[in-house]
Amino acid sequence: MSTLTDPPKEQFRLSMLLYDTRYRSATIQVIAMFGFMLLAAWLINNTLSNLAAQDKAFDFGFFTESAGYDINQRLLDYTSRDSHLRAALMGLLNTLVVAVLGCITATILGVVIGVLRLSSNWLIARLMTIYVEMFRNVPVLLWIVFVMAILIETLPAPRAFRGENPEATMSLADSVAVTNRGVYIPEPLFTRSLGDVHLFGTSSLRFDVSLDLMVILAVLGLSLWGAHRVTLRANRIQEATGERPRTWHTRTGIIVVPTLLVLTALGFHLGYPELKGFNFQGGTHLRNSLIALWLALSLYTAAFIAEIVRAGIMAISKGQTEAAAALGLRSNRIMRLVVLPQALRVIIPPLISNYLNLTKNSSLAIAVGYMDITGTLGGITMNQTGRELECVLLLMLVYLAISLSISAVMNWYNEAVKLKER
Amino acid sequence: MSGTHSHTVAFVRDTMLPQQEPPASEVGAIGWARHNLFSNWFNAILTLASLAAIYFVLAAVIPWILSPTWDGTSLSNCRETLAAAGHGDAHGACWGVIKERWLQLIFGFYPSHLYWRPIAAFVLLGVALAPVLFSDKVPSKLLIFSVLYPFIFPWLLWGGTIWLPIAALAGFVIGGVLFKLLAEQVSTLVGIIVAVAAAVVWWLFLAAPVAAALDAILPIGIEAVESRKFGGFMLSVTIGVVAIACSLPIGIVLALGRQSDLMIVKYICVGFIEFIRGVPLITLLFVASTLLNIFMPPGTNFDIILRVLIMVTLFAAAYMAEVVRGGLAALPRGQYEGADSLGLDYWQAQRLIIMPQALKISIPGIVSTFIGVFKDTTLVSIIGLLDPLGLSNAIRADANWNGIVWELYGFIALMFFVFCFSMSRYSMYLERKLQTGHR
Repeated sequence: MSTLTDPPKEQFRLSMLLYDTRYRSATIQVIAMFGFMLLAAWLINNTLSNLAAQDKAFDFGFFTESAGYDINQRLLDYTSRDSHLRAALMGLLNTLVVAVLGCITATILGVVIGVLRLSSNWLIARLMTIYVEMFRNVPVLLWIVFVMAILIETLPAPRAFRGENPEATMSLADSVAVTNRGVYIPEPLFTRSLGDVHLFGTSSLRFDVSLDLMVILAVLGLSLWGAHRVTLRANRIQEATGERPRTWHTRTGIIVVPTLLVLTALGFHLGYPELKGFNFQGGTHLRNSLIALWLALSLYTAAFIAEIVRAGIMAISKGQTEAAAALGLRSNRIMRLVVLPQALRVIIPPLISNYLNLTKNSSLAIAVGYMDITGTLGGITMNQTGRELECVLLLMLVYLAISLSISAVMNWYNEAVKLKER
Repeated sequence: MSGTHSHTVAFVRDTMLPQQEPPASEVGAIGWARHNLFSNWFNAILTLASLAAIYFVLAAVIPWILSPTWDGTSLSNCRETLAAAGHGDAHGACWGVIKERWLQLIFGFYPSHLYWRPIAAFVLLGVALAPVLFSDKVPSKLLIFSVLYPFIFPWLLWGGTIWLPIAALAGFVIGGVLFKLLAEQVSTLVGIIVAVAAAVVWWLFLAAPVAAALDAILPIGIEAVESRKFGGFMLSVTIGVVAIACSLPIGIVLALGRQSDLMIVKYICVGFIEFIRGVPLITLLFVASTLLNIFMPPGTNFDIILRVLIMVTLFAAAYMAEVVRGGLAALPRGQYEGADSLGLDYWQAQRLIIMPQALKISIPGIVSTFIGVFKDTTLVSIIGLLDPLGLSNAIRADANWNGIVWELYGFIALMFFVFCFSMSRYSMYLERKLQTGHR
């Protein structure tokens, strides 16, 4: 009697781990994992034995010790008696300040230069090409020290502002003093201030929130929302009747008037810098190191952004421009309404990586003595405490966190503006 | 129709008019200027403003550059020369510093009687690169030299016994021979694993003693130069060239790993790439200067330049991997399927079909990564190596040249500009040469 049987079960042989593609990938993975673990174990073992030999343990206890050094450019209050953690926090805030300021100016400059490089004006286009090549082909560190040197060497010293006939005068109606120690600008002051809210008590992470600022921001936010409602209403009327009511005066009023009222109620005025003794007092002091870093990073990154913008605009087919021209749009409207919105889709992904680059390049602050996180945590704190492993590790994690957040935010924005397809 | 025509047209010219020159305002320099500089009032304003800006910049810079101070021996000497020549006191460059120190800016503190060695190394670098860069003009037999060159280059620069580079080369030979034998006899996978393991064991444990033993028997070598004597553009170019050369293969492997279906391999590669790309180079250089010795077996103390080279290479490799991945992603799926249908295995397909196309697509990105790496070599001045920027501080510490800023920075910037600009032009040439599409 013949019965239908399954084909003979294939016996598993050891050689199938090598020759059978079904098993081979698993073999490779296991070997890769094994090699990786071996490497990691070797490194960690070495580290532990080296640390033991140097009589150090891996701990972050040094963070609560007093830092003992001063940070001259800072956003929050800090004294040299504060802890290393607070110093690192000041550094982090300084990094963020430079990164945000730099990204904004680099974007504006980059878009302008990129558009001008495509200009029909031969001279302008060549000048912009020279700018781009000049900045792209010279190291950013050189630009930073170069700008710093320009600020120190060419600007007048504070004592030049003294005397009956001073060599230098303050600009913008005596409100801004540009000196070789930095720029002094007016600071906002409130006579009827609501005071501050102190968060986190007196710990290292203490943070003062100015109630004045909160109130102003809240009012401004509400006004902007109101102005948005006016625009929506105008859109509805336009769709219903075909005529768009004139809204700009209502919108300006809604935005400006409440803010002005709040400012007056709080007694807003500007504190001007004044020359007292050897230096300026009052006002906000932007140090040379901050300005040099900000300026150099913006100019350098702008050259890259300009190229991205140019490539993005050139990627839009000429037919789009021609069609828009046929509709009777003027050239700046063609750029703003037709070309740039489409070019943005090409521009944004590389723009994200340029923002990341700018943020990472801000770590070069250490070359001009701006106390960013590399200068505090990776510089003085590391040298004072001798905790290289902990400091460098933390420094890397901080930058990693900043990079990942920037790319997350920008990718979300990219999702929002990209072409909606099926 | 012809009837109506004869009624409406009173006169028809029966001879052609001779062709006329276009009006004078439309041709030549005037026409060009009208079209390109003054096409409307806004462009005219822009043109005039930029002309004014160019004038002011040139009027300030050119007299400064054309200052007769090439023989100055110190800053005060330069000022005297300038005053005697009728320049303003501060207005004029002091080029004496470049004339006196340019050898130092190029070679650092490398012993002057051994300058021929870095020069030879970089001339030979050109010879080694020629068959790669200009493959259509140079005989391909020179490629053998290109393969051997990575072992000659460090020997020429650092000197010492010749057995060390030979021992390093032997590791590759051992790995290659083992791979060849096992790949034919057993399987490619076993071949790769055993070959890599054997080479690593050789380098870690055997190479140094064997080289030392051979050196004791047959001492052949040239004068050794310590790393701390390295400096100037020589150091920048050394770090740049090594990082570029080593990062390309590592980057390709990382990119393939990231594209692969093997989950664990993929995540190891992704983790490495994203970590390196997320941190600034300066933190990696801190690792090189302070931490790398902690990660090594106790008692290891290897050279600072070698440590920097390792970290800069890893840094460049992560960026290279992303560029190559872009090239791989741009290849149409059909290329992979075509390779499969020809029965090629993974490595054959990569070597013969995928990689040549992917690399060609990614040439602009690869070259900009090269340029970026070369520019980033200036960062080593922050951890105390004497690259040109570090040397400029050392030169300013000299009492004679205290206060010299613009000349040094200008010279360094010019040198970097020349290097980087020629690299970018070369990449354009390469793109045109490899352009196979027909437009």
